[in-house]
Amino acid sequence: MATVTLKPTKVPELMFEGYSITPDAFAGKTAAQIAELPGHEGKIHMKLGDFFEVSGNAGETAADTDIVIAGDCTRVKYIGARMTAGTVTVNGNADMYVGGWMKGGKIHIKGNMDSFCGIQMEGGELLCDGDAKNHVGCAYRGDWRGMKGGTIRIKGSAGNDIGTFMLGGTIIIEKNAFIHVSTHAEGGTVVIKGDVEGRVGGQMVRGEMYVLGKIKFMMPGYKKVDTVEKEIDGVKATFDHYIGDLGERHPKSKGQVVYANLYLKAAA
Amino acid sequence: MASGEMIVKGGFIIDPTRKIDGDVGDVAIKDGKIVDKVGSSAKVIDAKGKVVMAGAVDVHSHVAGPKVNAGRLMRPEDKFISGFCRSGMAQKNGYRMESGFSIPSVFKTGYDYARMGYTFVMEAAMPPLLAPHTHEEIHDTPIIDEGALPVFANNWFVMDYLRKGEVENTAAYIAWLLKATKGYGVKLVNPGGTAAWAWGLNCLSLNDPVPYFEITPAEIIKGLIEANEFLGLPHSIHLHQNNLGNPGNYPDTIAALKIAEGFKARNKFGRESVMHSTHLQFHSYGGEGWKDFCSKAKEVMDYVNKQKNITIDLGCVTLDETTTMTADGPFEHHLHGLNHLKWTNVDVEMETAAGVVPYIYDKNVTPNAVQWATGLELALYAKDMNRCFITTDHPNAGPFTRYPRVIKWLMSKKAREETIATMKNSDRMIGLTNIHTMDRELTLFEIAQMTRSGPAKCLGLGNVYGGLAPGMNGDVSVFNLNYKDLPKDAEKIETALQRAACFIKGGEVIVKDGEVVSHGHKKTVWVKVAMPENPQVTRDVSQAFTQGTYTVDIRNYPVREYLAPHQSVIDVNVEA
Repeated sequence: MATVTLKPTKVPELMFEGYSITPDAFAGKTAAQIAELPGHEGKIHMKLGDFFEVSGNAGETAADTDIVIAGDCTRVKYIGARMTAGTVTVNGNADMYVGGWMKGGKIHIKGNMDSFCGIQMEGGELLCDGDAKNHVGCAYRGDWRGMKGGTIRIKGSAGNDIGTFMLGGTIIIEKNAFIHVSTHAEGGTVVIKGDVEGRVGGQMVRGEMYVLGKIKFMMPGYKKVDTVEKEIDGVKATFDHYIGDLGERHPKSKGQVVYANLYLKAAA
Repeated sequence: MASGEMIVKGGFIIDPTRKIDGDVGDVAIKDGKIVDKVGSSAKVIDAKGKVVMAGAVDVHSHVAGPKVNAGRLMRPEDKFISGFCRSGMAQKNGYRMESGFSIPSVFKTGYDYARMGYTFVMEAAMPPLLAPHTHEEIHDTPIIDEGALPVFANNWFVMDYLRKGEVENTAAYIAWLLKATKGYGVKLVNPGGTAAWAWGLNCLSLNDPVPYFEITPAEIIKGLIEANEFLGLPHSIHLHQNNLGNPGNYPDTIAALKIAEGFKARNKFGRESVMHSTHLQFHSYGGEGWKDFCSKAKEVMDYVNKQKNITIDLGCVTLDETTTMTADGPFEHHLHGLNHLKWTNVDVEMETAAGVVPYIYDKNVTPNAVQWATGLELALYAKDMNRCFITTDHPNAGPFTRYPRVIKWLMSKKAREETIATMKNSDRMIGLTNIHTMDRELTLFEIAQMTRSGPAKCLGLGNVYGGLAPGMNGDVSVFNLNYKDLPKDAEKIETALQRAACFIKGGEVIVKDGEVVSHGHKKTVWVKVAMPENPQVTRDVSQAFTQGTYTVDIRNYPVREYLAPHQSVIDVNVEA
């Protein structure tokens, strides 16, 4: 394994679009070549070297390449977007689109993330020690093909629109979330360990949701069917099991209508 | 139009209007027009070893207007899948950014047409009430000359006059509306069916009566042919038929084509057809349902080939993710029911409606593969290429940027077979179509007929577009193809046609080495009919605006001059 370290040297005046900060783009390049990789600041073509001091050469392949950003990336977008292997670690915050469309590898953000992290993700692992803003693991604006695979774990809280149009994979929010969870989803699992304001599973066709805290406003399209014992992400509990969204079309499988399942931790 | 002289030297000239097929020669341009010769100080464009054709003409494409914008609004992801659109060229040259794939931005529309050597594009369906917006958008589309066809076949005035058999009143109304909307000709979209859609119904056959008006699609089509020829407009009626897209619709298609029998084109513009049947691919299906859905291109083309007063365009499926949009409101609702993707629908007062639904033509889905074959078969069965034009009904069957790919398939059996080989259910598709047995490969001369001389003539523009004869517009496209030694690999034909080596419009170099170097001087082309005042139509129109049938005032209805600043007006005089 080879480690490439990027040290932020300058805060972009606009946002820097760091779509080249992936093990795939770095693979097989020297530190000097990496500094020449393209990026955008607004409509202006820039280079990674304009904003980072690069040290260390990359490995032969993406899988052999670890990227460490030794500092804050509050104004850097698209970190690890579309990566297929290797790792990216940010010792600070990151801007929008972290790990968007990623297919493999691992991203670790030690601070907070802005919106659209892991959108339309297909595989790999995205870990955030802080909070995430909106649109965690959702579909691109307008698109109906959301997250397909992989895991997103947010140790803090998240905003709204989590797992919109989700088709597969897992999203775990360890604290609270605001509104719109798994809207339009047709698969996948979302776990919220804290409380949710509301609109959980609106127009959801299938897939799973677990809420370990409270839902302040329940969707009217969900019906409680039973109470079950379940273990999810290391927590064993009794859950009220709801199906829905009853206002949406649902496919049949083996003669049975398939619904989305919401498991809400039962009141003690 | 540029002043000064220019000469395109030493290319292989392909010009069906003068029956020139690959002869090496020069094309001279002076003051924006083609001339016999120019002086020795003329600017020289070297076309040695390259193919030289006129600028191309697109007879049917949805590139401007409210439904195109509705598509853009509802599909932000279309910009995303178009790839990385920060054109370095645009930035370098100070031109505008381009975005979008199936519903490109106005800039991308103009640039991409120019890169393929297109000089004129007909916007295929303009809702009259929303013509001001359509013209604003046309004006914002750089380079290409454009016209727009207002839709008539579900218009309450038209249906009311025609049910009473009043062809002259219909004609007077058409003349008024063309002037008010700066329109080009008479478009029919699902005659009667879109009006029936306001009642939640449709007209799938030619004899289904329209609710309230009690007129049938057949009567609307016949009446509008009569009105069109009464006026002597440059273009024939432009017909999107009933029962689009459904299995087993081909008998309805032939029945509608037969309505043209016995009519003769009456005009001063060199047009010979009385009916243009558009995106015929969507209307040439057999089968009872989706399981036995099959191509009936042969049956349809057998009729088209012998009926000389009909022109058609293909509407080829390009196997892309695209956005369907049409004034055929009920069809879009039906399509949404099939693919469950997002749908929008608009009703335009007493005139028309529209719907938009994204669609993915998947080569591994048998009906889509059959559609792909059907579009190509239509062209391969065609006998007179001057009556059969290349379109994708942009963006309905695929984006216009795929024309070079359609041409590749038409020119190369090998390319067709390669595509068939990648289909998951190729055997099933082969059993439902004839494409696999067809060996015909079109020539570049035939392609020039289908994209240049043919559509220009059908639009009544054959004296200015689609050829390289002296006096015609100085629109010349040059492609990196050696006519005497065409590449064995058809991919290279596609690449060459996608990005012209040079494109000259009105005597100005617009594209050089595949990149846009000038915004040129675009024009909006429309048809102005002068005819004696028809007091009844004048009264009917003004009443519709004063008695609350329309929601707007008549003063706000027409397209004002400032919305179409660069007009090219075609005058038609109807004598009393």
